[in-house]
Amino acid sequence: MENELIQWLSQPGLTHYLMIGALLFCIGITLVLTRRNVIMILMGIELILNSVNLNFIAFSRFSVITLDGHLTALFLIILAAAEAAVALAIVLNIYNRFKTIDIDEISLLKG
Amino acid sequence: MSEHVLNSIGLFVPEIILVASLCIIIVADLLLKKRTHAGGWILLASLVLCFFAFSAQSGINTSAFFAMIAVDPFSVFFKVILVISGIFIVLFSMQNKELIPYKNRIGEYYMLIAGMMLGMFLMVSSTNLLMMYLAFEMTSICSYVLVGFTKKSIRSAESSIKYIIYGSVSSGIMIYGMSLIYGMSGSLNIFEIGAALSGLESAPIFSMAVLMITAGIGFKIALVPFHFWAPDVYEGAPMAITALLAVTSKIAAVAMLIRLFRVSFTGVDATGMMAIIPEGIRWDMMLAVMAAAAMILGNLAALWQDNIKRMLAYSSIAHAGYIIMGVVVLTDQGISAVMLYAFMYLFMNLGTFYMAMLYANKFSTESIEGYKGIGYRAPFTAVALTIFLVSLTGLPPTAGFIAKLYIFGAAINAGWIWLVLVAGVMTIVSLFYYIRVARNMFLYKPEGETEPVRFDNFTTAIVLLLLTPVLVLGVYFTPVLEFIKHSLVMFGVQ
Repeated sequence: MENELIQWLSQPGLTHYLMIGALLFCIGITLVLTRRNVIMILMGIELILNSVNLNFIAFSRFSVITLDGHLTALFLIILAAAEAAVALAIVLNIYNRFKTIDIDEISLLKG
Repeated sequence: MSEHVLNSIGLFVPEIILVASLCIIIVADLLLKKRTHAGGWILLASLVLCFFAFSAQSGINTSAFFAMIAVDPFSVFFKVILVISGIFIVLFSMQNKELIPYKNRIGEYYMLIAGMMLGMFLMVSSTNLLMMYLAFEMTSICSYVLVGFTKKSIRSAESSIKYIIYGSVSSGIMIYGMSLIYGMSGSLNIFEIGAALSGLESAPIFSMAVLMITAGIGFKIALVPFHFWAPDVYEGAPMAITALLAVTSKIAAVAMLIRLFRVSFTGVDATGMMAIIPEGIRWDMMLAVMAAAAMILGNLAALWQDNIKRMLAYSSIAHAGYIIMGVVVLTDQGISAVMLYAFMYLFMNLGTFYMAMLYANKFSTESIEGYKGIGYRAPFTAVALTIFLVSLTGLPPTAGFIAKLYIFGAAINAGWIWLVLVAGVMTIVSLFYYIRVARNMFLYKPEGETEPVRFDNFTTAIVLLLLTPVLVLGVYFTPVLEFIKHSLVMFGVQ
């Protein structure tokens, strides 16, 4: 049993990368759902986007053999950076208004 | 190859006009510090130019830039709707009082609207998953900044942080679903995906991927259960941007949803009827449940609202439900009903938002209780607002009635009786909260000041421009139907 596992781990294939991708995605979603600090939530979002990158590149490398997946990953990295820049600017503004970045305390709008 | 690129550039003229105007706005903002709203006039001119450029594209049915985008009657129809609503949004922005303290940065505001319009043009025409995602994100990132544009307002700051968190999580989920689809089908081109999926057996992974993609697009449409951002963001954003989110980006996302699902996730079965591929994932039932939930939740929650923007947010969630009813059907009849609804929805919802903005400017109130007696002080606009609200409810003889009639008809023809029943009952519920506004305006005497309020000619002209289609299309809508009949052609779908 242990030997099989070691052998499976020693030959990385598509499944391994997809599993890492799925794991990263789940960690990202969990971070977004459980953390109250906005910066931690943004890190969760980055993890989600990186898991997508991993998926695209793994599919592109192992099953599809076109450059589409690689290209998508490149675009995604740029988009993630743009999104993070805008998000951090907004967080800065939030801090100036509320003097906190705890998402639970930023709740004037209700109903 | 170079010939293909040159041809594609010829088809891309409207978007190029918009990009050029974006650059001109930046330069004009640097050069003309004193003249406010110069950027707005530039954007307005370029949108009018785009309108004529789109009119020249009618009848073309081809794809451009190596199957990245399609220029077909379907996309041209939606782009025309987007341009019309964009023109109104720019006009609204020039009068929006919330933006006055930000006069020296107003050039950026119009630049961002130009970027958002470009993103939405690409959303309705892209035929590639990567292109769809890029267009989607371009729209989203511009709208995050626009929502938080009035950054000294504490409500605007809060709504922008909520918007960007919900937005980037749901777009991340969407692109994860797209990566699964890419792995399953081996292509990013939606036509090749359709061809690859039609030969495959159903598997849980497909249902998951389709659900994930729906989560991303459903966020933009504000469909239940992805609607949590809508009330907060609509309340906090400047009024013109609220109208932009409620009308323009919603319509663009619906068009993208229709194209993706029509091309990639439907095929033809043995008898020549339309069928869902891969077999057995039943996304039509999934969308139907979401539409029903949106109608129920949107209409019931709107009953308790006092802030007019919040009320309109819930009403727009409900309208998303009505629109998705047509997508559930997805036959030619269903799609034409969606197109008709989008066309009518544009005028009636923009009209309501414009009135709410005027009252916020004049009476500095966004509360429906604060509307008491406005009917006596500003009779013309109050009557106009009542007509818009009656149209949103869907009563004859307004445009909203025709729109609902066609959507319900398409759903009944396809056998979705329970969905139409839910929609019918919820339409009656919606009457209560729409009429409450009219009751407050007309059945109460004004408190405090009672002098009549005058609006300038510019305002009256915009009101008339919005009011005329709502009334005329309610009785004479044949030209629109003809236009829609010619616009049903989607590239690569017979």
